[in-house]
Amino acid sequence: MHSSAVFLIEFGCIILVLGLLGRFAGRFRFSPIPLYLLAGLAFGNGGLLPLGSSEEFVAIGAEIGVILLLLMLGLEYTASDLVTNLKTHYPAGLVDALLNALPGAALALLLGWGPVAAVVLAGVTWVSSSGVIAKVLGDLGRLGNRETPTVLSILVLEDLSMAVYLPILTALLAGTGLASGSVTLAIALGAAALVLVLAVRYGRHISRFVSSDDPEKLLLVVLGLTLLIAGLAQQLHVSAAVGAFLVGIALSGEVADGAHSLLAPLRDLFAAVFFVFFGLNTDPASIPPVLLSALALAAVTACTKIATGYWAAKRAGIAAKGRWRAGGALVARGEFSIVIAGLAVAAGVEPSLGPLATAYVLILVLLGPLTARYTEPLATRLLRHRRAQLAAKPDDTTPLTASAHETISDQDAVGHA
Amino acid sequence: MGAPRLSSTPLPGIGVRYDLTTREHRRLSVIAHRDGPRTISAYREDDPDACAMSVRLTAEEAATLIDALMPAHHNPNLLSTTGLGLVAERIELTAASRWNGRLLGETRMRTETGASIVAVLRRAEAIPSPTPDFRLAGGDTLIVIGTREGVETAAAILGRE
Repeated sequence: MHSSAVFLIEFGCIILVLGLLGRFAGRFRFSPIPLYLLAGLAFGNGGLLPLGSSEEFVAIGAEIGVILLLLMLGLEYTASDLVTNLKTHYPAGLVDALLNALPGAALALLLGWGPVAAVVLAGVTWVSSSGVIAKVLGDLGRLGNRETPTVLSILVLEDLSMAVYLPILTALLAGTGLASGSVTLAIALGAAALVLVLAVRYGRHISRFVSSDDPEKLLLVVLGLTLLIAGLAQQLHVSAAVGAFLVGIALSGEVADGAHSLLAPLRDLFAAVFFVFFGLNTDPASIPPVLLSALALAAVTACTKIATGYWAAKRAGIAAKGRWRAGGALVARGEFSIVIAGLAVAAGVEPSLGPLATAYVLILVLLGPLTARYTEPLATRLLRHRRAQLAAKPDDTTPLTASAHETISDQDAVGHA
Repeated sequence: MGAPRLSSTPLPGIGVRYDLTTREHRRLSVIAHRDGPRTISAYREDDPDACAMSVRLTAEEAATLIDALMPAHHNPNLLSTTGLGLVAERIELTAASRWNGRLLGETRMRTETGASIVAVLRRAEAIPSPTPDFRLAGGDTLIVIGTREGVETAAAILGRE
């Protein structure tokens, strides 16, 4: 009786604080994610207020948070969205993966953390935050811009890649040998492929099975099905998150829309708990030693993301200004990076990884909206300055042709990266 | 010049964007958000990839705008036009209107303009053929029938504050 009272008080305080922080973030129109992380740092492990009886519930809530985050992500896309994107934009996805995963992996190896941590940090730096970016694009009135489909398709490809990456990571973290590891991987990839095929061919039937006019029943069926599949996936060492993502993909049309609006508040609650939980498990005192590495990594991967967006937009035939806008929009990292780091922390890989990921996400989730807004004006101004300098040279009196102009902006993109 | 073409681009996770290039080579787009709202955008001439204006509309606002965009529709307040040169219009009294609380007869509407107020819409009810001792109130919508000039003058009189 007594401990349940303490639990209610503790959990109530956490949720209330999160609510107030969310309101604060809303007033200044930025993402509440960094504030949730900071709140997590302030509570619990090494923070101001150690938690007692609510810790276990928060841990389970965090797990549900991850599952719901992935389920909602799956609901956002239809299987045909994913297939079309994969077919037409895979080069952009590959460039994105190479440019942005390598800096993370390199830093982990440089710090001597070993190959598993390198794969983790590669994932952390690779994936942009779909949530933050979609919101920023809406806020800046850029949903109609011609570079926006390019930006979105990169996000879609990243999300889809997670269905492959997370099972690999789970297998690595479980420390399973090569043989059983590859079996796990084969199961995971087979399951992902099977669900995609099923969703494309029979999505309507699955949706009809789940469909219900009564919101209560729809909520219970979707939530129950998701947790069940996530649990089974976990049992197979595939990662619960991927299971949830695949359920989201398989549902389509009216059911997906209905489930989306019903589950959004639940997702918001448990996702907030998840961010707090991640912060809870990080000792604030462990952040200052990794702050410099985090800053360096953030600086490098901000530039590689800008280069990625620039390249992808150029490939889609967008003019220079749009290319810079596409690059700047992609910089924000967020929920996924934390999901990946969370898995690694739970598996006990490298104690400094959690603090590094926290600091890294804190920096880029705040920086992302700024680069989205200012990359293009800044790049345009710098280029104009440079062109003026070139034109001022006495031996370079010929007017710049269109192709020369092209080369200059390309050089600048590379220089930037 | 062929018929105008509306091309569509899927925006995964958001909805679908429909693009229209006008005869004057200006570009317009409408984003149909999956949850109902619409975003209408016009593009810049110096940077055709970027929006010069981007306005988000609720479903109701979009419906109202469509009404005004229909080529057959010439005036949003118009009820009908006849071949006899008479028009009927809905004219709303604002709360700040000079006529708020005054009698209909005081407007001297028929004498001044030749137009008739045939009905008054107040909240959910319609009052047909109001008499000169009918007391007007802010928020009333008056249905006025007359010649084009008569109705315009009536609108000017009713718009006084």
